[in-house]
Amino acid sequence: MLASAGRAPETGRDLIRKNRMKVADIVKLLDGKLICGMDRLDYTIEVAFASDLMSDVLTLKNDHVLLITGLNNMQTIRTAEMSDIHCVILARNKKASVEMLELARDNELIIIECRYSVFKTCGLLFEAGVKPIF
Amino acid sequence: MSHDSHTMHFEYNVEGGNFTRAGYASSEIKKILKQLNVDMGIIKRTVVACYEAEVNVVAHAFSGTIYVDVSTESITIRLVDEGPGIPDIDLAMQEGYSTASSKVREMGFGAGMGLPNIKKNADKLEISSEVNKGTTLEITMFFN
Repeated sequence: MLASAGRAPETGRDLIRKNRMKVADIVKLLDGKLICGMDRLDYTIEVAFASDLMSDVLTLKNDHVLLITGLNNMQTIRTAEMSDIHCVILARNKKASVEMLELARDNELIIIECRYSVFKTCGLLFEAGVKPIF
Repeated sequence: MSHDSHTMHFEYNVEGGNFTRAGYASSEIKKILKQLNVDMGIIKRTVVACYEAEVNVVAHAFSGTIYVDVSTESITIRLVDEGPGIPDIDLAMQEGYSTASSKVREMGFGAGMGLPNIKKNADKLEISSEVNKGTTLEITMFFN
């Protein structure tokens, strides 16, 4: 059921459908800023994983993964590219550099900047019903 | 690039210490494999292994070259570097063992997961190394 018009959902539970969440709803839930992939608001994620260790991200086998990280450098984008991860949240006000954005655009990645900490970001998504990988 | 009717060959240079560029070769290889309509699961395992290996060259060596051969049966990726070499390969293969610098760790690597992860993703992995000369990794992926 949709949240009533004009009122923000209280827990984010209204934003999940069949264990999947749309990019547009992730942005809404986290009060985030979509800085790359504006045309992919309807892309849906199935599971989420948070790490600053890219080697750990590179061990994931799942599809439709949402990556939450505090690491903002070129390897964040490269790792997403190699792992077929389409959606990345840069938590705690980390900003993507021009080079990162360029590479993200080339790979049709979705990048969301968010002012919340990794902990709070994960908490809100988990509370909303987004599933962990492990 | 060169190819005859059975194989295609590509080469990429890797610069030691240049983290901005680390992953460029793996990215190019991914594009090629996609164009060749290689199975997506094989592509992912190949490029994850190749990317970890490329990061290793950037992190530890002075320079390196990646040689890629794609045949109808397999993909072979040889990473040949000039660098310090690996004194004890068995130790380097152990999960959690790392000699990476803090710079490498800042980039999101250096937790001692690279080589074990390459081994998990590759169908075949061969490593040879000579201290103070360099290391060669050969990653093979089979289509069947």
